[in-house]
Amino acid sequence: MREWGRSLAQTMHAPEWVGQVTLMVIGAVAVFLIMALAALAFVWLERKVAGRIQSRYGPNRAGKFGILQTLADAVKLLLKEDIIPAAADKSLFILAPYIVFVATFAAFVVIPWSSKLYVSDLDVGLLYIAAMGSFVVVGILMAGWASNNKWSLLGAMRGAAQIVSYEIPVALAILTVVVLAGTLNLRMIQEGQSGWFWKWYVFQSPFTFIAFFLYFVGSIAEANRTPFDLPEAEQELTAGFHTEYSGMRWAFFFLAEYGNLLLVSLVAAVLFLGGWNVGIPGVPIPGALVLVAKAVVLVLLQMWLRWTLPRLRVDQVMAVCWKYLMPLAFGTLIGAGAWKMLFPGTA
Amino acid sequence: MSEVRTEEMVLNMGPQHPSTHGVFRVELVTDGEIVTETRPHIGYLHRCFEKHAEHLQYTGIIPFTDRLDYLSGMNQNFGFVLAVEKLLGSEIPERAEYIRVIMAELNRIASHLMMIGHMGTDAGAITPVLYGFRDREYILDLFEEVSGARLLYNYYRVGGVIADLTPGFVEKTRKYLDYLERVLNEFDQLLSENKIFRGRTVGVGVLPPKVAVDYAVTGPNLRACGVNWDLRRDEPYSIYPRFKFDVVVGREGPGVVGDSWNRYWVRVQEIRESAKIVRQALDGLPEGDFIKAPKSIRPPKGSEVYHRTETPRGELGYYVISDGTPTPVRVKVRSPGFVHISAIPAFCTNMMVADLVMAMGTLDFVMGEVDR
Repeated sequence: MREWGRSLAQTMHAPEWVGQVTLMVIGAVAVFLIMALAALAFVWLERKVAGRIQSRYGPNRAGKFGILQTLADAVKLLLKEDIIPAAADKSLFILAPYIVFVATFAAFVVIPWSSKLYVSDLDVGLLYIAAMGSFVVVGILMAGWASNNKWSLLGAMRGAAQIVSYEIPVALAILTVVVLAGTLNLRMIQEGQSGWFWKWYVFQSPFTFIAFFLYFVGSIAEANRTPFDLPEAEQELTAGFHTEYSGMRWAFFFLAEYGNLLLVSLVAAVLFLGGWNVGIPGVPIPGALVLVAKAVVLVLLQMWLRWTLPRLRVDQVMAVCWKYLMPLAFGTLIGAGAWKMLFPGTA
Repeated sequence: MSEVRTEEMVLNMGPQHPSTHGVFRVELVTDGEIVTETRPHIGYLHRCFEKHAEHLQYTGIIPFTDRLDYLSGMNQNFGFVLAVEKLLGSEIPERAEYIRVIMAELNRIASHLMMIGHMGTDAGAITPVLYGFRDREYILDLFEEVSGARLLYNYYRVGGVIADLTPGFVEKTRKYLDYLERVLNEFDQLLSENKIFRGRTVGVGVLPPKVAVDYAVTGPNLRACGVNWDLRRDEPYSIYPRFKFDVVVGREGPGVVGDSWNRYWVRVQEIRESAKIVRQALDGLPEGDFIKAPKSIRPPKGSEVYHRTETPRGELGYYVISDGTPTPVRVKVRSPGFVHISAIPAFCTNMMVADLVMAMGTLDFVMGEVDR
């Protein structure tokens, strides 16, 4: 990317930093577009999937198959009155959705779409993604506190407790892959899985297989989706931490939620399912397409879960994390290390 | 260092809250997420039914009874006309008796389907409620055929029912009952056997039998506590003694007697029992008149009656006093939901907010009959 920046600056007869900044802006806009479009598409997809599961049609009025429904809703949200409760902490209230949104958005930067197409090739990419994931907590707490609504506060407390707890098994599951790959760089991790599909890390050892499961469960919890959607448990807390939000501010939470959905699926695909690798050598499919297809399958799986399962209770969610996932995650990490020592050739 | 001061938080749940099922408000005193005290408040849906009744003729009151419990209008009609018929001592044609039972039991199925679906929603699974609505829809179609209305039927009359069954009604109902059998199995897979759902309901909101009896809790909520009491069997009215059905009682099993799980399970089983009754009634349906209207509805002066029936929600009693005119002096309704709500503070303490939602949801009250 630095090279591109230099050459761009040369063709424009400008100092090098101009080229770099231009590229950065292009990259940021591209990532934003990907995220926004993905969110639009997923909202539509989710409503269709939900409709089919519930023996309804789902949206079918705006555009063919209701494909423009989300767009219409977005316009509606933009035009809506922006309400800030009188008793709210105004500055925090305004800031919170942006923090949640920016954290999710920023994490997308390090996703390598194919061996050549990426915005930033960060050496500590995985660490960066995990850090951005924790950053969301700040925004959620802020939103719950600033709303000055007891339901929002309860939702925010739940959200914070849940995300912080589930980060640990998720991080341990990620570490299991890092042990095999020997790098935190997302691009290198994918390159380590090229070739036949049994080279994918999920099939590399029984421990990585469990780690994949752990990561998937943990990431659902981190993305606050059913059966772990406690922070916004509608039946208990009306809408949880974003009860008081409306219009575009609410839409930012929504956008971040669907962005997050794609993000965790992308990371799962990169870490465990070979990323851009097709799995059969010599099949010419663009890497970005393969990666997105894998992520979409995982997204669909999460949607299926969401529209089928009831929600756990707060204490049950915590019990699942600390009593089952955590020991299992430690076990897998140690197991993966031992596996690597015993069979050094496999990965 | 001084101790951190903590205090309990008073939360106001409702009247506009997704899981209070209507305009019900309950004040919660919470310690973190633990509810230590509940104070129910009612009166947001008061429509002066009892006062209205004092100014209307008997037949004119029937459509108002629909609006008491709008999920089981047929049962509400049924109770009222039975009370008036008891005052008059009138005879009812055989066919009308059968039609009445068929409608009442179909409505019980529809009402319980709603309750089961909403249990799913309360637990966070949004899909079951739509299945519930879908399957109730077929019953509403049947009701629409015979009564012209889908929710507020105004179908029962003193002396019979307003219209005869339409051609093909019997076959359609049979077909629906076959379909219902399959659907109930689906519900079992989706909810009854779901581990998360059981985790959310088993042992949650246990209503001890003694407390239930003390508070005069009735209907499926009482039976879930292990008390074997069903007016259709123990104080038979209409032609219920002719039908064979089991009274479902809460049991130890996956759940504890009296918990949310049993309140849910009793209703699932009651759908099956009601389907049994409807089948028997369809088989025995005689030909003949569907109404034998009395010349005038003027119960003797000073006569009064209390008549109670088993509705999907419990014991519904009508207390009617007549002064010999076509208008009653007083109509008092004993609604099951009102009693159930008053029992909430007695057993909904020291539980999580999420559990409270499940415990209240399983009581299955409809605010229309609570506030009247």
